[in-house]
Amino acid sequence: MDKQVTLTIDGKLISVPEGTFVADAARMADIDIPVFCHHPKLEPVGMCRMCLVEIGRPIRDRATGQFVLENGQPKIQFLPKLETACTNRVEDGMVVHTQSESAKAGQKSTIEFLLTSHPLDCPVCDKGGECPLQNLTMAHGAGKSRFLYDEKLHLEKRKPLGELIYLDQERCIQCGRCVRFQDEIAGDPVIGFDERGRSMQIMTSSEPGFDSVFSGNTTDICPVGALTTADFRFGARPWELEEFPSICSQCPVGCNITINTRREAAADGSMVIKRIMPRQNETVNEIWICDKGRFAYHYTESKGRLTRPAIRKDGKLSRASWDSAIKLAAENFAEAGKNFVVLASGRLANEDLFNLKSLADHLKGDAVLYSEIGGGELTSAIGISPDTNLGEVGPGTTLVVIASDLYQEAPIWYLRLKQAVRRGATLIVANPRQTRLDDHASYVIRYAYGDEVKTVHSLDKKNKIGEAFTRSENVIIFYGSEGLGVEGSAALASACAKLLNEYGFAGKPNNGLVGVWQRANDQGAWEMGYRVEADLPRFLRGKVVYLVGVDPAGDDPRLAKALENAKFLAVQDILESATSELADVILPAQAHTEREGTFTSGERRVQRYYPALPVLGETRPDFAITAQIARQAGFIQEGTSVSAAFDILSETIPSYAELSYSKLAEVQPQWPVVGRGDLYYGGTTYENKHGLGAHLTTTASRGENVHILRVHRESAPRPQENELLAVPVTRLYDRGTTVLPAKVLKNRIGKATISMHPDIAERLNVKNGGLVKISFDGHSGEALVQIDKTIPAGVVTVPRSMGLAIHEPVPAKVK
Amino acid sequence: MAFVVLRHRDILDIKKLEVYRQNGGFEAFQNAVKNLKPDGVTQVVKDSGLRGRGGAGFPTGMKWSFIDSKNWPHYVVANADESEPGTFKDREIMESNPFQFLEGVALACYAVGANSAYIYLRGEFWQLAGFLDEKINELNDAGLLGAKLFNTNYSLNIYTHLGAGAYICGEETALLESLEGKRGQPRVRPPFPPAVGLYNKPTIVNNVETLTNVPLIIQNGAAWYKSLGTPDSAGVKVFSLSGRVRKPGNYELPFGATFRQLIYEHGGGVLDGRPVKAIMPAGASSSLILVDEKALDTPMDYASVRTLGSDLGSASIIVIDDTVSIDWVIQKTIHFFKHESCGKCTPCREGTYWMMNIAERAHNGRKDPADVELLHAVARQMQGMCLCALGEFATMSVVTGIDRFPSDFKNPVNLQEKIV
Amino acid sequence: MSLLQKYPAEVKQILSKYPADHKQSAVMPLLYLAQRENGYITGSAMQDIAETLDMTQTEVAAVVGFYTLYLDKKEGKYRMQVCTDLPCALRGADKFLQDLCGNLGIKVGETTSDGLVTIEAVMCLAACDKAPMFQIQSRDGLEYHEDMTVDKTMELVAALAKSGREVA
Ligand SMILES: Cc1cc2nc3c(=O)[nH]c(=O)nc-3n(C[C@H](O)[C@H](O)[C@H](O)COP(=O)(O)O)c2cc1C
Ligand code: SF4
Ligand code: FES
Repeated sequence: MDKQVTLTIDGKLISVPEGTFVADAARMADIDIPVFCHHPKLEPVGMCRMCLVEIGRPIRDRATGQFVLENGQPKIQFLPKLETACTNRVEDGMVVHTQSESAKAGQKSTIEFLLTSHPLDCPVCDKGGECPLQNLTMAHGAGKSRFLYDEKLHLEKRKPLGELIYLDQERCIQCGRCVRFQDEIAGDPVIGFDERGRSMQIMTSSEPGFDSVFSGNTTDICPVGALTTADFRFGARPWELEEFPSICSQCPVGCNITINTRREAAADGSMVIKRIMPRQNETVNEIWICDKGRFAYHYTESKGRLTRPAIRKDGKLSRASWDSAIKLAAENFAEAGKNFVVLASGRLANEDLFNLKSLADHLKGDAVLYSEIGGGELTSAIGISPDTNLGEVGPGTTLVVIASDLYQEAPIWYLRLKQAVRRGATLIVANPRQTRLDDHASYVIRYAYGDEVKTVHSLDKKNKIGEAFTRSENVIIFYGSEGLGVEGSAALASACAKLLNEYGFAGKPNNGLVGVWQRANDQGAWEMGYRVEADLPRFLRGKVVYLVGVDPAGDDPRLAKALENAKFLAVQDILESATSELADVILPAQAHTEREGTFTSGERRVQRYYPALPVLGETRPDFAITAQIARQAGFIQEGTSVSAAFDILSETIPSYAELSYSKLAEVQPQWPVVGRGDLYYGGTTYENKHGLGAHLTTTASRGENVHILRVHRESAPRPQENELLAVPVTRLYDRGTTVLPAKVLKNRIGKATISMHPDIAERLNVKNGGLVKISFDGHSGEALVQIDKTIPAGVVTVPRSMGLAIHEPVPAKVK
Repeated sequence: MAFVVLRHRDILDIKKLEVYRQNGGFEAFQNAVKNLKPDGVTQVVKDSGLRGRGGAGFPTGMKWSFIDSKNWPHYVVANADESEPGTFKDREIMESNPFQFLEGVALACYAVGANSAYIYLRGEFWQLAGFLDEKINELNDAGLLGAKLFNTNYSLNIYTHLGAGAYICGEETALLESLEGKRGQPRVRPPFPPAVGLYNKPTIVNNVETLTNVPLIIQNGAAWYKSLGTPDSAGVKVFSLSGRVRKPGNYELPFGATFRQLIYEHGGGVLDGRPVKAIMPAGASSSLILVDEKALDTPMDYASVRTLGSDLGSASIIVIDDTVSIDWVIQKTIHFFKHESCGKCTPCREGTYWMMNIAERAHNGRKDPADVELLHAVARQMQGMCLCALGEFATMSVVTGIDRFPSDFKNPVNLQEKIV
Repeated sequence: MSLLQKYPAEVKQILSKYPADHKQSAVMPLLYLAQRENGYITGSAMQDIAETLDMTQTEVAAVVGFYTLYLDKKEGKYRMQVCTDLPCALRGADKFLQDLCGNLGIKVGETTSDGLVTIEAVMCLAACDKAPMFQIQSRDGLEYHEDMTVDKTMELVAALAKSGREVA
């Protein structure tokens, strides 16, 4: 444990860790020192002067170093001036007065100064009701201002910093929290102060404006209503909102979120989501979320929701009862035997995936995870183990990221790794092109697309990098799918796993392999024994397919063709899609916002989410639909209680053993303290009252034998003379079904784009932003060109789910 | 008496390297590098009683001894930002006696173990920066700067760096931010620069005039320097005399010379023979001295000026006669500080803006007693609250102006003959 | 063409003043270099500088916004900046400025119709003993003019108009 320091604040004797700031120490002791610029996650700056207090320090004898005593008590010396509680660290024997006449006068006068420029438009301000300035004015302000109202500055009230975040210049109190967040935490210093003195204003010069995937967080920590999101501004008043704890479903990080809902006239009086807010979980996302998680929730309200079952009759889909739909599906599944395939996605809950897998097992069919990344079984063998906390790793831990651009694929992991480096961890980033994480890496390895496995094999060489790897106490490897398909990533995973195993970096906290998956619960699927299929089009031909939460036909014309040639298709999903068009039976499912369930994050933490919206139409939760089909097929599954379904799961799957819904709902005190009463401290982030989740065990951590298959892969295809190698990469804002309906993200999502080195562009005679035709693998499409000097020559990068169906590196012709 | 800092007034061509060297230039530095321990240099400066000429009067040798020896490298930064209204001494020193200043920088570097020094000049000193660059090149060519000096292992480079128009960059931590390529906003102190300074490394920041004293102190010894000036304020000071006097300019006098001597003997007296009404001894940041005979006979040293309810600061003596209304004076100073407030901390950013609104209203229209009272209250309210001293500076003339010249804040202002 | 390409020697010389891992220190001198190019600092110059120094364009713009000697839009060829701060004002600087404006037929902050001179009132320039005084900021730098009269200034303006020299 850290060394403790004992001090007295307002007569209360408290002990806090050495190095704590007085303001935080007071907070820990439930003593309220008002702050604006101070944020417990940011470096102190002492600029707003709100936290002025009297600080006394014991006088020490110069010769002996002992306290000088007066009447048996240490003699305390106070400075003539007030001091900022947010910049002074605690000292043994310190005495702090936060409520003395002079401290109170100081706080009052800062509020008065701040209000001289503030418009006091609380009744129309989005922050009204959750505004630190409003609260502190009530608590510490004077009743009346001596400032003349008509001398107030009049400034721009709706200045877009980009299309996502708006600035109200009048409301800004120049605390710099937003600027410092972007610089220190996000590592994207794309907003700053312009001018100086009273003319100082927040600005951005980036293109697009406020170019950061973390921008929304600044609206949470802004202590006034100066920064608001385009999505929520003027949308509702905070006190009208209901709050529901949930887990973000956009990526494998598993950020804890709160869904705020309200009844809306525009939606015929039904409940709608008004905003997504972060919910504190210091072991997962702290108090942050990325903009995709914040803004890309609109798909659940899409007009295209499937709301009732349908059956194909005479070539046309027509409405049907649940009973007949289930019966039809069950009959076809049972008949198919070996030809039965479950094709499910990581958007589903653990309980759903579990029922689906056991149905497939029971019918002797196959359960396939719809994913382009292989090797996941190794993450349940030697994935990271219980008690891992990326928020705490530091010196002694080496983090390796290979074939992944975490900023784009799992932004909060990017952020956590970056902070780990600040605490002293070693970071090795290996990727064929430059990524945002490179700036924070201790070592950057640049390899050619195709040389992933070779690169892993060189990690224990006798050089600096090798030393950083082999001499480390702990190693965590994040592997991804940049430039790789199913087989390539499986080979990469195997190489990583072998290396980790060889050096003993497995089976203990802060060690192991992490997959940077495409979806929120891919990890859950791996734990339950799903596999991925490298050649899906061929595999699906002639099969009876139960498609759950997937849209292969929409993603890839080749898959559409394969499905057309399948024997029978049951489509269970929340949205209409190209795939549902082809269905023989449609089973409408509930969105994750409408039901209860659990996800297993890429870090192998199981977390609960709760219903936030009422059930839509006749939709049912996936696990229940599957259970009904199973029953029809003569096999009993839990289809009523999701927690009971989880209990069966945890009895069956070893890594989930001993977990239960009540265990997942446990909470512990977290620092910093956040929540409604402490708005000004941590921001409008929500307190976690519904569970921090729990970590899975691994084969290794259970002490069982780990067996790692060596995966061989054919070397990457060689492009011909007039071809380039097209490689898949992952972009945060893609054209996926859950992202595209978010209108606010329209500009960030953009059109199908491919990136190439300027030399290649010159050779092809194309300009930045120009349109080209790209064809590969019998597939072709149009794309905009982005010239990017970080892309290796001879290669074009093609983002997944951006209108071009790319699954693995392929030779391509670009015209 | 011979000049110590403004030595070009004795030796016209001292800005030429050979002339400077003929007059003992760089002997102190060469001797120090070859024969003295760094601590030894610091000790002489400590013993000399030299205090910082940048305004705060902090003992220079003591500052040097605070340099953190567990953290390397070390830097020395010469503060040539000279932006306090009424201050124009550093410019003359650098223009006319550049080598003595540069030798001072070099000695400071040697004393604290720095191998690089930066001279931070206000952006307006653009030509001067070019001139200093030439002088630095001459020193490099002459082997007085550069690698392995005088066949020792000690190396030193000096660089100039131009600011771009911001008074706050004279504040040492804002200066360091600016030198790091950022907005010139002050840092939280502690830690102080000798512990955490430029690029987070231990750094000594000294004023140009402070450093220019050092070569002669090393050459002639601490006792010699101490024998000049007063016990509390050793040595000589360059007083920048401006305002309503016949002969404004820089005057080097030993500490302890009186205001009367400066204004009447050296400055030729007040324009049109009018009486002195007020003195601002430290530029626009001064507390206004209400001038009477006693005040005029007060010695100009740190302790004595304090007895008049003011501070000597950088000794930029602005003389105000009885044709000037103090309400106009403070309106000018508030305007300056409002313009120069960096905006980082609330009381200064908002307080200067608020004060300016009131002061302009009062100066241009009726002097409403409620406004005058409010102005005073706002200034008082800023005091002790700000992140750096600029905010405090902004309040000094306001509070003392209203307290000490109340009739200038009444309607109508009763002046003999108003000139401004 | 970027600054780097156009003035490789200057840029290199500037960068050599600062430790290699603190390139950002070079932002102010590089901004002066950019300002010399166009008389003000363009967005693309800021982008260039940002790239050279591993900063974001916003960080560069924030520096430009802070300091008064950097211009981010076009003004007169010569910016005549008259000190009207307290010490100069005590020696008649306000009146000097007023008369000068009258003679040039423009107000403070305005530019003469031929685009030659912009008149500005500025804070203390450390020449308080030589009031009235001003500095002239132009593409090629900065020059002090001390102990001025309106007549002398008008002569200077006429000479500037004729010479077309960049440095006054
Ligand atoms: C607002 C402000 C402006 C200052 N301006 C200057 C200045 O222009 N020149 C200077 O030498 N010191 C200035 N100082 C003082 C410096 O912060 C610092 O104390 C000084 O450079 C130390 O040098 P010295 O010990 O040699 O005096 C200023 C301080 C403040 C608060
Ligand atoms: S916008 Fe908000 S967070 Fe940013 S400086 Fe202004 S008040 Fe602070
Ligand atoms: S100065 Fe302490 S909270 Fe802002």
